[in-house]
Amino acid sequence: MQINVVLNGKTITEEIAPDLLLIDFVRNHKCYSVKRGCETSNCGLCTVFLDQKPVLSCGILAARADGHAVDTLEGLLEEAKEFAMFIADQGAEQCGFCNPGMIMNAIALFRENKEPSDEEIREYLAGNLCRCSGYEGQLRGIRAFLEYKKQGGALCVQ
Amino acid sequence: MRSVGQPVRKKDAEALLTGQPVYMDDLASRDCLIVKLLRSPYANASVAEIDTKAAQMVDGIEAVYTWKDVPEQRFTLAGQTYPEPSPYDRLILDRHVRYVGDPVAIVAGEDEACVDRALKKIRVEYEVLPSILDFHDAKDSPVLVHPEKSWRALCPVGADNRRNLCASGESHEGDVEAVLSDCDVTVEETYHVKAVQQTMMETFRTVCYKDVYGRLNVMSSTQIVYHVRRILSNALGIPKSQIRVFKPRIGGGFGAKQTAVCEVYPAFVTWKTGKPSKIIFTREETQTASSPRHEMEVSVKIGADHDGRIRAMDVYTLSNTGAYGEHGPTTVGLSGHKSIPLYGSLEAHRFSYDVVYTNRMSAGAYRGYGATQGIFAVETAVNELAGKLKMDPVELRLKNMVREGQKMPAYFGETATSCALDQCLARTARMIGWKEKYPYRDLGNGKIRSVGIAMGMQGSCISGVDVGSATIKLNEDGTYLLSIAASDMGTGCDTILAQMGAECLECPVDNIAVSGADTDTSPYDSGSYASSTTYVTGTAVQHACEKLRERILELAAKMLECRAGDLDFDGRRAKNLQNGREASLAEIGVRSMCNNANALQVTESYSSPVSPPPFMAGAAEIELDTETGHVEILDYAAVVDCGTVVNPNLARVQTEGGIVQGIGMALHENIQYNQSGKLLNNSLMQYKIPTRLDMGKVRVEFAGSYEPTGPFGAKSIGEIVINTPAPAIVHAIANATGLWFRTLPVTSEEIAMGMLEK
Ligand code: FES
Ligand code: FES
Repeated sequence: MQINVVLNGKTITEEIAPDLLLIDFVRNHKCYSVKRGCETSNCGLCTVFLDQKPVLSCGILAARADGHAVDTLEGLLEEAKEFAMFIADQGAEQCGFCNPGMIMNAIALFRENKEPSDEEIREYLAGNLCRCSGYEGQLRGIRAFLEYKKQGGALCVQ
Repeated sequence: MRSVGQPVRKKDAEALLTGQPVYMDDLASRDCLIVKLLRSPYANASVAEIDTKAAQMVDGIEAVYTWKDVPEQRFTLAGQTYPEPSPYDRLILDRHVRYVGDPVAIVAGEDEACVDRALKKIRVEYEVLPSILDFHDAKDSPVLVHPEKSWRALCPVGADNRRNLCASGESHEGDVEAVLSDCDVTVEETYHVKAVQQTMMETFRTVCYKDVYGRLNVMSSTQIVYHVRRILSNALGIPKSQIRVFKPRIGGGFGAKQTAVCEVYPAFVTWKTGKPSKIIFTREETQTASSPRHEMEVSVKIGADHDGRIRAMDVYTLSNTGAYGEHGPTTVGLSGHKSIPLYGSLEAHRFSYDVVYTNRMSAGAYRGYGATQGIFAVETAVNELAGKLKMDPVELRLKNMVREGQKMPAYFGETATSCALDQCLARTARMIGWKEKYPYRDLGNGKIRSVGIAMGMQGSCISGVDVGSATIKLNEDGTYLLSIAASDMGTGCDTILAQMGAECLECPVDNIAVSGADTDTSPYDSGSYASSTTYVTGTAVQHACEKLRERILELAAKMLECRAGDLDFDGRRAKNLQNGREASLAEIGVRSMCNNANALQVTESYSSPVSPPPFMAGAAEIELDTETGHVEILDYAAVVDCGTVVNPNLARVQTEGGIVQGIGMALHENIQYNQSGKLLNNSLMQYKIPTRLDMGKVRVEFAGSYEPTGPFGAKSIGEIVINTPAPAIVHAIANATGLWFRTLPVTSEEIAMGMLEK
């Protein structure tokens, strides 16, 4: 079947197998930030935006994205990098495998809620598993980033 | 110190955080053959007939292999240094399959769809054999897991395949029975830890291809490039010169990737077909056919006097290595050698063990490596003893714990050359508010708040065995390249080793690029395990950099026409103190590449006769719902003595990560088999690792000690951090309920049932 997808701002028209998953579709298009950590929609590593809303790309058929916009970390690099460096300053990325998915979901959170509490952060990101960091460092990084944003730091992206 | 002790960012931080293609499946070429395995549905069976004709006919299938096609010499998948302690009990494919999930056939084809179709078309007739599923039944059972003549143990580890023994042994000091019978109070209990999974986020995976010389190139997500090369050489029967193993970034290991779980299959395919191939384990395979923690039942008998002096400890461990012996003979040792020495007051101790084969998936290496199981047992027994003695468990420990300068008879007679365990415990108790909160507070609304505490230790390498190496060279612009074969699996060793190098060479950390691990280019290193990278490879880096510094000065002396002793070197330039003439590092670098036979490149190896233990204490505060049995972790406080902290950020995050893994093991992560030996917890749906909502607050501090034999005073950090949560949480649950749960995980259901029965 044929689908039309706007992937990271670029329109793609492609013949696909009907059972192709969105995760495999975007990886086939070199969006390698999107990782697979499970087969049961439990890890959050494969988080992408479908029409700006975070979804698990392992649980969605590529066909469902027909006529929609899909964004991966590759398309949000500027925004992601600004935040990511706060995670780096905590050393909270260890193996890094979980980070793209977590960052996508964190960006979605920041867009929805400019001043989330620790509890809201934990709840929003609860589906993003990380086996290395114990989550505390990620939380410290998120807090530091939000503080920086609150101080109007948005303008001085390095 | 300028670099060591600084919270510098990880060298790969930006690439990892912006999702760059740096992992195996991002880098593998797109036209690889896809390799998958047909796995046994039976726990113990022999392949009577196997027909692959129909499978081979499927469009796109390149090859189907069975036991008939593979070499006959046995090997082990364990990544361990010579002399390999794990028995040679594996074949690439064996006619005798020994657990549900044991590979029966390898299928390679051009895409997943055709491989999946072919897998369904293989017809296998099994002769089903009686199996051993309970490890209590294994020793001297008439059913043998490894009846084959070709089984062999390379080391004297007390193995005997005719008795289902992968290893057995005993060590002691003093007459433990006599002392125990003379004690006023004893505790004798058995503690059970199941075969929990590392659950790194990136599953097992490897890609293979042949290079221009026809050599087998293997890019694998592994902690042990050199061991994988040996294992493949053994398995395929080809010389090591024909194999190159290297690693990209690794999506977590925790010991899982200290076993060559998946490498042999694509290696065999590529070696036979000449075509590139890759294997990626599903999460289900990673849960059910991999290398988890050894299930252990640790029996502890501990004796003390009324005044709280702990006098003797007797530990017996029964360990379940599963169908194959990877890491079986070695993990078990830590259950005694890294638990008993926590107590310096003992007059006698004994440690004995059996490691048995069963028809379950083979165990392997998991952070803590046996110490975790032993410490859960010993620390819980000590908490139970405190209860019997009616003593505060913190007081009891302060009275008996090992102290700096003490000899540790149960730790190979080594001396605790650096030990701040007393500080760790006292500070942890303060952080959690022990005085006010011990043992519990009834909130009056069906909830009880309570605290629990435990200590832990580990090693900093395998003494007298592990080898770490480093090559450092000066580039002609005054920057450096450091080559290592330790694997950064997310732990940040590339960064902390560069920090050590920068400290020696007085340069910015950014001036040292790090490369590895690659068997073609990195100097030999046993690999990243046994908590050895900081201590052993770190020392090799330090030695290499010190030597390079000398060489730089020699060449500078030549250039500045003086003796090296007359030079001042500040990392950027060498200065002749007599006449003020200078040569910059770049000038020295350029000079080294012209008319010079004394290369500014140094390789140093290091191996340590001792393995100084890091120590730690951890305390949990929980809230327990007496109706549902639900346990909520409110707070976890820990203080770690890892000697000098090389990078406080990375050490902290490792500690936090290890503690949360430990919380998972204590409360959530369960391993359940059905009656025919099939593992039920085969996905992240069934196998619950902690999310951010399951861990409360984790607070970590470091206690200062300085290890005289370590690089810049450092010891290890990677493994110890998983050891305290289980005993501390079980202690807190006991303080809340009066019930001791001696099998992990402690589920809400068990607590609720226990409360009802009380
Ligand atoms: S891959 Fe795990 S949730 Fe999508
Ligand atoms: S950093 Fe490894 S899983 Fe999160």
